[in-house]
Amino acid sequence: MTLRFASLVAAAVMAAAPAMADLVVPNYSYRTGPYAANGTQYADGFNDYFTLLNERDGGIGGQKVLTPECETAYNTEKGVECYESLKGQNQLVVAPLSTGITYQLIPKVSADKVTLYTPGLGRTSSKNGAAFEWVFNAPANYWDGASVAIKYLLDQNGGSLEGKKIALVYHNSAYGKEPIRTLQELSKKHGFTLTELPVDAPGQEQKSQWLQIRRDKPDYVLMWGWGVMNAAAIQEAANIRFPMENFIGIWWSGGEVDVEPAGAGANGYKSLTFNGVGMDYPVYDDLKKHVIDTGKASQDGQYVGSAVYSRGLYAAVVIAEAIRKAQELAGTPEVNAEQVRAGFEALDITEARMAELGLPDFGQPIKLSCANHGGDGHARIQQWDATAKKWTLISDWIAPDAEVLDPLIAEDSEAYVKEAGITPRCN
Amino acid sequence: MIYREAGDFKTTYQADSQTFPLRLDRLGYYALLAVAFLVIPFVVSDYWATSVLVPFLIYAIAALGLNILVGYGGQVSLGTGGFMAVGAYATYKLTTAFPDVSILVHVIVSGLITALVGMLFGLPSLRIKGFYLAVATLAAQFFLIWLFNKVPWFYNYSASGQITMPERTVLGQIVTGPATPAWVKYIVCLTFAVSLAWLARNLTRGTVGRKWMAIRDMDIAAEIIGVNPLQAKISAFAVSSFFVGIAGSLFFAVYLGAAEVGESFGINKSFLVLFMVIIGGLGSIFGSFAGAAFLVLLPVFLKNVLVGGFGWPTDLAAHIELMIVGALIVFFLIVEPHGLAQLWRLTKEKLRLWPFPH
Repeated sequence: MTLRFASLVAAAVMAAAPAMADLVVPNYSYRTGPYAANGTQYADGFNDYFTLLNERDGGIGGQKVLTPECETAYNTEKGVECYESLKGQNQLVVAPLSTGITYQLIPKVSADKVTLYTPGLGRTSSKNGAAFEWVFNAPANYWDGASVAIKYLLDQNGGSLEGKKIALVYHNSAYGKEPIRTLQELSKKHGFTLTELPVDAPGQEQKSQWLQIRRDKPDYVLMWGWGVMNAAAIQEAANIRFPMENFIGIWWSGGEVDVEPAGAGANGYKSLTFNGVGMDYPVYDDLKKHVIDTGKASQDGQYVGSAVYSRGLYAAVVIAEAIRKAQELAGTPEVNAEQVRAGFEALDITEARMAELGLPDFGQPIKLSCANHGGDGHARIQQWDATAKKWTLISDWIAPDAEVLDPLIAEDSEAYVKEAGITPRCN
Repeated sequence: MIYREAGDFKTTYQADSQTFPLRLDRLGYYALLAVAFLVIPFVVSDYWATSVLVPFLIYAIAALGLNILVGYGGQVSLGTGGFMAVGAYATYKLTTAFPDVSILVHVIVSGLITALVGMLFGLPSLRIKGFYLAVATLAAQFFLIWLFNKVPWFYNYSASGQITMPERTVLGQIVTGPATPAWVKYIVCLTFAVSLAWLARNLTRGTVGRKWMAIRDMDIAAEIIGVNPLQAKISAFAVSSFFVGIAGSLFFAVYLGAAEVGESFGINKSFLVLFMVIIGGLGSIFGSFAGAAFLVLLPVFLKNVLVGGFGWPTDLAAHIELMIVGALIVFFLIVEPHGLAQLWRLTKEKLRLWPFPH
């Protein structure tokens, strides 16, 4: 019996191993569990862009891209299991859409020499490439997000938040706790009071947090939520008639699935975003022609164009550009994980390049270097229109407050350097 | 015909009361140990060691611990996740405070600290029983998770509340941290699992274990014949928590390398370990291993077959996997309410008669 089990598993592993010449960019997806509603859209966007490259251009530099999927269910143990199983397949880039899994994998990728790419998530201080050689989090990170949100609020209040009350509703995990340190610093700098309201995973139960908000009457509510927590929070906010335009979510709390359950009550809800919204980009014409109409879209393309889908697509775009850069630097289309890391570090996605890719003004220019693995960290604000059922961008790109963030990043990455016993690079 | 007592003569009391009285059992046990210690470390692949065997062994330790409490002591506990967290955080605090002390010592000390915490939360068991005790231990679960989330001292004030295991060596060999070779992780966990199983086996067939079982079967009768319920119940909580604490410590230090309390040691973990004990068999050392194997290996196996073998979409496979595991749990509990251990016992009974049943 055991022998048969073992041989079956062995056969399964054999069958799954791709030809060595292909570029393997696994999709650490989650389509089950309390985070599935968001995770599945992101995974579709990620898959579809690589399918487009394969179908339209024959891959990257003539090499097909494979995106074997592994279901993590947003669970760190399963994520680690996925990582170990995909390690045998020569994965080039690891992009888990989970801050918890990212923290698990940071030490592992550094030992195994694989690039970890966490756009807009993960450990913020991995922006510091000197300490985190193998981790990239461009185009923006959580501290950027926190700072941009506060900057936007400053702008709304004529440059001063003195005496204002801001509440942070966050997922009680590594992900939700990330912005706290920055917001505390910012509250000192700008003189607002910060109330922290943790929501335990998965987050359907938020009655007491919103009761507290109703009692304290904060001027603004910021949210670091994900999965089912987003929809529950927006519904609760609507129930206590919290003014939606004063409720700002991080980019992961800005998807259609989050606001739609609250119906008209969600009208005016704002969220950050580091990518453009909607389908008014030329890339969608190609996507329709090569992927959707030919029936190759992930899950039949039911989420094409949604906000979270666009973010998955954006992640794929950056990875594809990094691989292209790596091929250019290495002078061969058959790149390995180390060369891809070099490609990431030399990444330079200009506005012109984004337009060339069919995504004009979709994202900010990204220029990375040895010391900067996080890009500029700009973000925009989008607002939900419940009648038209779409997001509209209501601000231009807002730059984060480097004066506050840089020392924090230096401090946190220094702690990592000490803890992991590494010597910083880039000198 | 082959598997039988006949001809297996014992000439000393010691030989008569050994753990495996049948020669075949004994040989099988030694062969298993030999394979586990001398063969597997040399042939095991990274994936098998880190994703299959290490979690299996760690969960087996946790299940052993809970089995002592639930199966032998008759006290229900839903606080396993919380106690594992105590083990993990104790290891983290100890190893960051005293980096020069061997990590193996820290693991054992973490187990002792967890034993103390377990005794504290075991105190209500003197007054309440059954479901009410289960609720009291549930409080332990939630309180401990809340504590490790709330007090930054426990995670050394890190920004995200995560704890990360630094690299530690034993006799010059790296045993924790990302650079650890897979076989080392396996050997460390195996050594702990085997020695703890040995300890559990010998505790449960001695005075201590008999006291636990007396309390389990009827506490008033046990008290009348001279078993001190305070001592028996608290020692069951202490020993159980010691095992669970070591499991939590290894889970964090050797297996995951980083942990977040709500996610890694939540209420789901308590239920998972409790299911292992129930499916494996209450009051059985073998059952703890069987239950852990069932709930750890089966999902991984199904995932590899469904996704890797049949090429199914991952979400479909994940859902089918939940259904299959759930259906099998129901099936086993209906067919054999006493767990996999009882199935194994029955198989052995049948083997004694084979091939000439009455």
